[in-house]
Amino acid sequence: MTVAARRSPGVRRATTGLFTGLTGLAVGLLVAILLLIVGDAVLGGWTRLSWKFLTSAPEDGMTAGGIFPAIWGTAVLTLLMTVAVMPVGVITAIYLSEYAPPGSRLAALVRTAVQNLAGVPSVVFGLFGLGFFVRFVGERMDRAMGDELKWGQPGLLWASLTLAVLTLPVVIVATEEALRTVAEDLRTASLALGATKSQTLARVVLPGALPGILTGAILAVSRGAGEVAPILLTGAAYYLPDLPKSLSSQFMHLGYHTYVMATQSPDVDATRPLLYATVLVLLALTFSLNLVAILIRSRSRRRVA
Amino acid sequence: MSSSSVIQQLPLSARRPASSPRVRHFKEKAIAVAITAVAFSGIAALLLIVIFVGREALPLFFDAEVAKEASLGKLFLPQQLRVGKPAGFMWQPVGEVPKLSMIPLLLGSLKVTVVAMVVAVPVAVAAALFTAEFAPRRAREVLKPVIELLASIPSVVLGFFALMTLASWAQGSLGLTSRLNALVAGLAMAIAIVPVVFTVAEDALTAVPRSYREASLALGATRWETAWRVVLPAAAPGVLAACVLGFGRAIGETMIVLMASGNAAIVSPSLTDSTRTMSATIAAEMGEVVFGGAHWSVLFFIGVQLFAITLVLNLLAASFVRRAVRRLGGTS
Repeated sequence: MTVAARRSPGVRRATTGLFTGLTGLAVGLLVAILLLIVGDAVLGGWTRLSWKFLTSAPEDGMTAGGIFPAIWGTAVLTLLMTVAVMPVGVITAIYLSEYAPPGSRLAALVRTAVQNLAGVPSVVFGLFGLGFFVRFVGERMDRAMGDELKWGQPGLLWASLTLAVLTLPVVIVATEEALRTVAEDLRTASLALGATKSQTLARVVLPGALPGILTGAILAVSRGAGEVAPILLTGAAYYLPDLPKSLSSQFMHLGYHTYVMATQSPDVDATRPLLYATVLVLLALTFSLNLVAILIRSRSRRRVA
Repeated sequence: MSSSSVIQQLPLSARRPASSPRVRHFKEKAIAVAITAVAFSGIAALLLIVIFVGREALPLFFDAEVAKEASLGKLFLPQQLRVGKPAGFMWQPVGEVPKLSMIPLLLGSLKVTVVAMVVAVPVAVAAALFTAEFAPRRAREVLKPVIELLASIPSVVLGFFALMTLASWAQGSLGLTSRLNALVAGLAMAIAIVPVVFTVAEDALTAVPRSYREASLALGATRWETAWRVVLPAAAPGVLAACVLGFGRAIGETMIVLMASGNAAIVSPSLTDSTRTMSATIAAEMGEVVFGGAHWSVLFFIGVQLFAITLVLNLLAASFVRRAVRRLGGTS
């Protein structure tokens, strides 16, 4: 404090004003960047966006037509992912919050594992999906069912399971937080009325935590729908004339379609408006999911408080 | 859920024919065991990643055929590339004699990550300081969702933005020869890691007890002096953890660098040369690689390295956070 104290009060007040302004500027910069990215996509893609664009297939090497197969692929992929990740993630969170004894070593280990899982680069999840689901599980399934190559190659099921592993930490963290917001009194009251622990869980704790669990599911879908690196290695296709017919089919995907159009188009100028419109759809999807999650959370917070 | 509706629900279960206490006890036990078993999923996932990414990289060490093309020496030490030329590093996986040096890729990852960190850390920490120390409560309620939206932008969209907009702007204003380079990729990467650094740093700052601020202000320090000399140092381990996590996220980030770095694997210190990173190499080459060959194994080995780097960084960040909690006497 000695150096600062020697300066005159006016200078010190001015410094506070200056640095408050500078840090505020950093915040302003972040808001500006967000607006810039959204504005860029809206201005570039708005004119091309139409019902026909959303419901028709790409034509002429991605220089015409729409993106329906990519929307369909993304939807099916994230649906399968959600079905796979939600039970596992929610039950793991239930263990951590409700069943683990205080100071449990196992719980600490699970938490550390989940934290580290969240930090694994997405492209490594892609390698994992390829090495485990495709090469290990898939090839064994093929061998067991005859010699036809079906599961031992990248496809819809393997990509969605890979994404399920990737989004597992999102679901666990959100659910655990949701379970924590359920007041301890409610659990005690239920147990005091003679309900067992599992009855209390199913009828008191889980209904109370539902908005938070839903938030976790929405965030997982938003994350899963936007990830491209893992599905690049586990089943996304450049172009397919047909929608995926089975769980072992390859699929088109909004994010991957964006990447392909941005980097491998035969005619950049013809593709550009379609590319911007695709980005706009992808951004609208993730932003609306996240806004819903934010709204649910702020409403349930107010209710708890 | 209000407590009255809870109590209304409970008699329903009481109306059921009561099972005997022993059956009930057995059922409860079974449910607890099942839940605990599922809880191993997180640990299992991490172990499976290690095993099955590592498994495909193992031939580098145990298969003589593969090791001939891609021994550890070939991956990391300078190699004689042409007769009469000094030894150097080269990544050229397809060709008569595949050249599989990791050095250009490591350097590329490092260059992009450093650019991203230099840009992102000051902005993120300043924004976190503003949010935690100066912003009015209502501004904070708007700011956090804004950062969450920024975090939710898919990296392929950031890659697209870098490729279409940022690259043209950088080329125009700096007069660069290669449009896509480490600088452009690093700037876009900064957008991706700002939310990570911000969130963790902001948590660390708000965890500093009020009493620290009150004591500092009571001693006559201004709000800035309090923020800069009391709160920030007190939260230092947490802010450091934020930076470490940001670094980990940047080094593994794939789509941004794949789209905006130019992808030329050259050894160059210049930030404005086209650059290829480890993550982008996996994504770009996995599609065309011959299954089971040296190139295949090396790509998985790059994955093993990325996994190891991020794991170490995460553990490091976690230990910083623990230290911060202990230091501030908190319990979270």
